[in-house]
Amino acid sequence: MDLMTITEMARSAWVVWLVLLFLAVLYWAFRPSNKKRFEEDAMIIFRNDNGENGGQAHG
Amino acid sequence: MQAMLEKNVILLGIATLITISIGALVQLVPLYTMETTIEKVDGMRPYSPLELAGRNIYIREGCYLCHSQMIRPFRDEVERYGHYSLAAESMYDHPFQWGSKRTGPDLARVGGKYSNTWHVAHLINPRAVVPESVMPGYPFLATRPLSADKIAGDMKTLSVVGVPYTDDQIENAQADLKAQANPEMGDADAMAARYPKATMGDFDGNPAVITEMDALVSYLQLMGTLVDTTSYQTSPDGR
Amino acid sequence: MSSASLANTASSGTPEYYDDLIKKFVIASAFWGLAGFLAGDLIAWQLAFPVLNMDLEWTTFGRLRPLHTSAVIFAFGGNILLGSSFYVVQRTCRASLFGGNGLGSFIFWGYQLFIVLAATGYLLGITQGKEYAEPEWYVDLWITVVWVAYLIAFGGTIVRRKEPHIYVANWFYLAFIITIAVLHLGNNASVPTVLFGGEMTKSYIVWAGVQDAMTQWWYGHNAVGFFLTAGFLGMMYYFVPKQAERPVYSYRLSVIHFWALTFLYIWAGPHHLHYTALPDWVQTLGMTFSVMLWMPSWGGMINGVMTLSGAWHKLRTDPVLRFMVASVGFYGMSTFEGPLMSIKAVNSLSHYTDWTIGHVHAGALGWNALVSFGVLYFLVPKLWNRERLYSLRLVNTHFWISTIGIVLYISSMWVSGIMQGLMWRTYDQLGFLQYSFIETVEAMHPYYIIRATGGLLFVLGAVLMIYNLWRTARGDLRNEAPIGLDSQAAAAAE
Repeated sequence: MDLMTITEMARSAWVVWLVLLFLAVLYWAFRPSNKKRFEEDAMIIFRNDNGENGGQAHG
Repeated sequence: MQAMLEKNVILLGIATLITISIGALVQLVPLYTMETTIEKVDGMRPYSPLELAGRNIYIREGCYLCHSQMIRPFRDEVERYGHYSLAAESMYDHPFQWGSKRTGPDLARVGGKYSNTWHVAHLINPRAVVPESVMPGYPFLATRPLSADKIAGDMKTLSVVGVPYTDDQIENAQADLKAQANPEMGDADAMAARYPKATMGDFDGNPAVITEMDALVSYLQLMGTLVDTTSYQTSPDGR
Repeated sequence: MSSASLANTASSGTPEYYDDLIKKFVIASAFWGLAGFLAGDLIAWQLAFPVLNMDLEWTTFGRLRPLHTSAVIFAFGGNILLGSSFYVVQRTCRASLFGGNGLGSFIFWGYQLFIVLAATGYLLGITQGKEYAEPEWYVDLWITVVWVAYLIAFGGTIVRRKEPHIYVANWFYLAFIITIAVLHLGNNASVPTVLFGGEMTKSYIVWAGVQDAMTQWWYGHNAVGFFLTAGFLGMMYYFVPKQAERPVYSYRLSVIHFWALTFLYIWAGPHHLHYTALPDWVQTLGMTFSVMLWMPSWGGMINGVMTLSGAWHKLRTDPVLRFMVASVGFYGMSTFEGPLMSIKAVNSLSHYTDWTIGHVHAGALGWNALVSFGVLYFLVPKLWNRERLYSLRLVNTHFWISTIGIVLYISSMWVSGIMQGLMWRTYDQLGFLQYSFIETVEAMHPYYIIRATGGLLFVLGAVLMIYNLWRTARGDLRNEAPIGLDSQAAAAAE
């Protein structure tokens, strides 16, 4: 019955869980102090491939 | 917290795992434990050895890709195919064969609707009986002897995963298989006692050999016939 | 190309990337893609002209259909996912592949063996009888080993990264790897009959009836959600910005996209079982989450498409980018259609009909295949160290041929699916069902021909692509006028 109790709880509380999770992600993503580093993170893909055209690429 | 997640791949993996587990916990687990999932009905029994061999062929040929075995509770479906399907009717099905597409009609209650002769002719060449049909022909089923010397092993495996085969049924698998396909050659009464409502007889019109056709048709003729749906009471919640 | 013994850090600070391995995945993906498209088109013609089944056991629709679905999803899609994930993870982590060539080769050849084992089984009728999870127990065990190796190689590369932040594409790839592992183990729990004196190649699943149905569609829907969506979104978040040469529109949105998608998708499976013997509360839950899924899906689509904001002109001159952007558009379209079809009232009409098939192909051809083509066109010149593709004009032709093929496919399936659903439920004036089942089958015939024709165009496009990629790898350059500038405009620009 233990598993059932957990399941029952999850069944009734998933909306709460969903909202909490969503708010947490939202807060974190839009926190002004995070703005700059996100912009930098988005540039990762342009930083590290100077080797991709053969120079450093090995098989 | 999130900052830690993106810096640590193991944490990120675990967080993902937890996130995806919640849905499974809520949706899957209760189905295995709640008693209301499957209705209490009379008449369900495990497949006879010949029917099981037929079901193995049904799966082998991928019939489920074009035929469903799940009648939904709509007026047109009930009129076309019969009483809507109950969860109990597939309680011994490993795997389920509800299907997801009706390129051909639903088969959940096809048992007894057509004669053996019709099924055999239809499986050999569908267009001989239904000119507009797009079903493949399966002529090889009629000529190939059924290889079922290991059917007792299949039944034993199924009993391990929860199908209530008795020792008696497993021991007599070969005898029952032969008796169902050719009642004069075996103890038909004993077979009928072990598997009530089983259709017996030579299904494919060739009493000399038990073919794959015999097995498949015996399975088709059983489908949807075990539970007497006229006596089934709809529960208050509509199912 | 020197041999890869040790991952040395050169003076530039760029570690050695194991790119020969990725070449193999690229070739395998193109090869299996063509095979899978051909199998699909053959079975499409079989539905229009059943004589093509040839009445042989190995060539019937029932055996070839799993061959088609597995070839396109697991062989074509799987190889491009594995290959591109290794390409992306090494570069975004500034680290060489964990396990190097040894582990990498094991994963590559192990994965190809899985494909061959599964495919030969289908033709011989060795199947579990569960859609998209047809391989029998011995194939399931083998792919589990390969998948664990894949997780180790991918995760290990992230662990040894020199970039502090894990780029978002890798989150999607990681969620794909982990979730597929969980789904695979849950849905394929089975007992081989050989243990109890049965056949060698057969097993019975431990779940029965309604439980098996729910487990199957928990798996089936999330194979779409995490194999065909999360994994391919990983591709989108790297290759679209890369090809457009500008960062993703909003990195913040991608973070929200990831968590919302991961949380919501896993609940949506029961919409495959509306009005069946599955308990009603599970169906309702599945429908609710499926409708909510619309939000992260469109958030992701907007993020992908808007990456081009300020650079829309590139679409005129770069057909490779056009492939990628069109694919994101199809992603938006099919993730709008999906929640719609998960609404019980709509599903009562669409379920069991060709509408579902059309919807799947809007996603599979429009989203998965087009983005994969874009990535293949991106990768081949890079990996083979060529200046550019052999012919951009051929890429352009491929784009239009496949797009027309997709449109024919989807629209014919809409018409035939909705028509069939309506015919099934039509009553005549006396209160009897108007149409027998076979009359609805007959009515499908013209649409099956249109669909198969669309599929044929799609196959032709893939042939063009393979030719183009092959010439590119050889180092050939086609002498051709650039795209998007007609001669007058070019002259005016001079």
